[in-house]
Amino acid sequence: MSFDTLATLRRMANDIARNLEAMGHDKAVLAVADHIDKFWDPRMKRAIFADDERFGVLTPIAAEAIDHLAGGAHPESQTRATEFNTADEIGHSDAG
Amino acid sequence: MGFERQADFGTPEVSSDQMVTLTIDGRAVTVPAGTSVMRAAAEIGGQIPKLCATDNMQAFGSCRLCLVEIDGAKGTPASCTTPVMPGMNVHTQTPRLEKLRRGVMELYISDHPLDCLTCSANNDCELQEQAAAVGLRDVRYGYEGDNHLGLTTDHSNPYFDFDPSKCIVCSRCVRACDEVQGTFALTIDGRGFASMVSAGQDHDNFLSSECVSCGACVQACPTATLQEKSVKAIGLPERAVVTTCAYCGVGCTFRAEMRGEQLVRMVPWKDGKANRGHSCVKGRFAYGYANHRDRILNPMIRESIDQPWREVSWDEALQFSADRINAIKAAHGPQALGGITSSRCTNEETFLVQKLVRATFGTNNVDTCARVCHSPTGYGLKTTFGTSAGTQDFDSVMDADVMLVIGANPTDAHPVFASRMKRRLRQGAKLIVIDPRRIDLVRTPHIEAEYHLPLQPGTNVAVLTSLAHVIVTEGLANEAFIRERCDWDEYQDWARFVAEERHSPEFLEAVTRVPAQTVRAAARLYATGGNGAIYYGLGVTEHSQGSSAVIAIANLAMCTGNIGRPGVGVNPLRGQNNVQGSCDMGSFPHELSGYRHISDGETRALFEQDWGVTLDDQPGLRIPNMFDAAIDGTFKALYVQGEDILQSDPNTRHVSAGLSAMELVIVHDLFLNETANYAHVFLPGSTFLEKDGTFTNAERRIQPVRQVMEPANGYADWEVTQLLANALGAGWAYTHPSQIIDEIARLTPSFAGLSWERLLATGSVQWPVNEAHPEGSPVMHVEGFVRGKGKFVVTEYIPTDEKAGPRYPLLLTTGRILSQYNVGAQTRRTHNVMWHEEDLLEMHPADAENRGLKSGDFARLTSRTGETTLRVLVTDRVAPGVVYTTFHHPATQANVVTTDFSDWATNCPEYKVTAVQVMPSNGPSEWQADYTELTERSRRIATDAAGAMEPAE
Repeated sequence: MSFDTLATLRRMANDIARNLEAMGHDKAVLAVADHIDKFWDPRMKRAIFADDERFGVLTPIAAEAIDHLAGGAHPESQTRATEFNTADEIGHSDAG
Repeated sequence: MGFERQADFGTPEVSSDQMVTLTIDGRAVTVPAGTSVMRAAAEIGGQIPKLCATDNMQAFGSCRLCLVEIDGAKGTPASCTTPVMPGMNVHTQTPRLEKLRRGVMELYISDHPLDCLTCSANNDCELQEQAAAVGLRDVRYGYEGDNHLGLTTDHSNPYFDFDPSKCIVCSRCVRACDEVQGTFALTIDGRGFASMVSAGQDHDNFLSSECVSCGACVQACPTATLQEKSVKAIGLPERAVVTTCAYCGVGCTFRAEMRGEQLVRMVPWKDGKANRGHSCVKGRFAYGYANHRDRILNPMIRESIDQPWREVSWDEALQFSADRINAIKAAHGPQALGGITSSRCTNEETFLVQKLVRATFGTNNVDTCARVCHSPTGYGLKTTFGTSAGTQDFDSVMDADVMLVIGANPTDAHPVFASRMKRRLRQGAKLIVIDPRRIDLVRTPHIEAEYHLPLQPGTNVAVLTSLAHVIVTEGLANEAFIRERCDWDEYQDWARFVAEERHSPEFLEAVTRVPAQTVRAAARLYATGGNGAIYYGLGVTEHSQGSSAVIAIANLAMCTGNIGRPGVGVNPLRGQNNVQGSCDMGSFPHELSGYRHISDGETRALFEQDWGVTLDDQPGLRIPNMFDAAIDGTFKALYVQGEDILQSDPNTRHVSAGLSAMELVIVHDLFLNETANYAHVFLPGSTFLEKDGTFTNAERRIQPVRQVMEPANGYADWEVTQLLANALGAGWAYTHPSQIIDEIARLTPSFAGLSWERLLATGSVQWPVNEAHPEGSPVMHVEGFVRGKGKFVVTEYIPTDEKAGPRYPLLLTTGRILSQYNVGAQTRRTHNVMWHEEDLLEMHPADAENRGLKSGDFARLTSRTGETTLRVLVTDRVAPGVVYTTFHHPATQANVVTTDFSDWATNCPEYKVTAVQVMPSNGPSEWQADYTELTERSRRIATDAAGAMEPAE
């Protein structure tokens, strides 16, 4: 059985985009970019940045978010999920 | 401390604003109104003789031993059933009472075997003590009359015996089963002289009855009638050490009662704040795995996974590991390395594993099994409440008026907490259950859910949004609360969204298959029934919309004002003993301990300075992505502590492909688990009885774990991690976990006030522990949300891509069973298998009939991912179109059929929805046959230089 990492990454990006779509297009693009920036390992980012076919496969929100990140952006936190404690802070948590 | 039973005050503690002062035997005592005379006497050190009274159940007044005299009162009332009154003058020891008590005791002993010297309860028997206390010297009736001395013992339960010849019919066991456990399995059968304790019906014994073997009756028994087999085998304990259970996230505390280094029994600790003196069959009895013959005590290595294992010295195993790690790092960089921390190990051990990965390996590729269970809880609650911790403590349930249980099966997965839920439900709280399956709570003795919403698997978000639709459109939202605590504009956006017709229960009925009227009635009850508390589990999180469902739950709680006081809240029921702690300790690839992102330079600088290293600033790989990277050739080595990823993670073929692509897999565990089939190094692990440390339970409560015996493998797990780190040149020098706690406290603001000494002194603390919260916070968000306003977040229902169709017409969902824990590595190696020998596939009679299947038949379970075979159990617990199984046995490998789909936000796998077909079968699947062969082959251990083999199990 073969496993296709790029297909997995595309599905992950699309899932994030579909679920954040309710924020409205522009906000969702930033939120998807923020999410991927905060949670994806560099090799996953590199792989999806290098995906030339993404505009055909990804939803418009996901594709724009990837473009945004590929251009070197590090968006500010767009949802509370990507707000983390600072060095001396307590309160946030995301226990599994 | 020497061995002594915990103090027993005879009747339960009472809380009251009113205090009452009375005199007992010339001594003044002040107690809360409603307290019994018996308890008041015990609080000043008095000991009124008693047999049927014990302080974890209501007074019963049957044994007639606790009689007292009260000035001005007629007769000799029972002190257990007599409440204190102001100015009462009580006499507990008078000639009249002594005579009465001796007479009562004489009757008991006339029908009791006089075998004290050879009885296993000798010196630990309340009847014996009370006979001494009342000064019984003679039994005038003789022993020749009718008696029960010839009754035979019921040995059926694997952990305790029931010897009716020693029973004094005090009913403590029956009442423990009713009041403490809530199972109602026991009764007093017959009348008068024929009265007998009976489990189940006439033909039943303890094992075949409804008894769940929680041990409450054994703990309650004042004689040797119900007693642990281990006490009979070993003898009485000589000392007791309070420690924390290593099974589920409830975090029960136990007295490990020891004889030398031998564990005689585990007895629930009455002062335990999570369990309040109760236990379940796992924590109470299922510790035999610690000495099971399968346990591997010596390190082993092999060049490749097709070779047999070779037992080697610790030095050789560690050097072998270090050499390979160094070679892989040199060739492929640190990103090719990674580790998985264990939610079953202590906080200190988990902290060290992530430190090893980040500081010594030089990468952030560290993750933990929370990825595959409650990661959506973190995401969802943080998005809405600002912090993702569960909002309540367990005690809060006793103030709940309505419980909404969704995607959780507490009686099986969190049994000790379920007993408290059931107690509150018997007191009159109402229950709503949202679950595809008719879980036990839906209808159990003296409890019946008001509403059971048997939804289609995968439609949680649709049901939750339709509940919100009803609350908003019927004007049931608590607008005052929302205006005060939440962002009003966001609420209005959300309210408009949920009020749309497409979210009405009527519109969504076709998708959820829950009758609209039931949804409406449940919504009304939750919104208007008083304190509403939501309890949820993995049936919410393990979906492709897991994070959205958690957000939807938080929205429901906020819009009804059910946040910020006892009895309400959002309560994630966490699976493993230390899953909360493993997350707190920085086990996720994107953050350091205390939930600080790895990209934050100031946080990194703290750790870099303390550890003397430079940390990578990029997030590492999550568990499923590690397998992808391994298959792609960029991830080569994995250190796995106390976690069987091959059996527990979804799509077993994907996991095995990932593992077999790696050049070094180090498994650090008690047993050669399924993951070890793909390992090159096996480092023996230690049990929770063999090490000091801490676990953090689902209420954020940090509790001590105590070493009661030397590690059979030679080293506690934290020591093994340290040895591995030092083989790589780390130069660590911890000599006790307390030093690791100090390091955690030094580097993590929310644990700033934590120390080993403090924990031992206080028993437990609930984080945050620092100057601002010296006592912790049992209920969160009391004055307002901890971080600003509560946020309503719109949750669009995005159906999963995993859909039933003509080829795969059924939906499979998975879960747990009471007697087994997780992948069963521990519980399968105990007598608990007597209750669950194999995983079964539950199927509705209509679906079974269509396929010609009946209970006990073998069936082939096929999904788009894989196939396995298992036996069928035909039951209407599941709806037509839905099948259910557990994942406790490797022979079944339920995860061969589960898919790679995962939560959109956290990649928590979608274990709970798999489209499947089920057809009759007469044997194991090809995968099972191959896997059985692989397992046998990969567990060979070379026993001598000539290479003779023996299987490890």
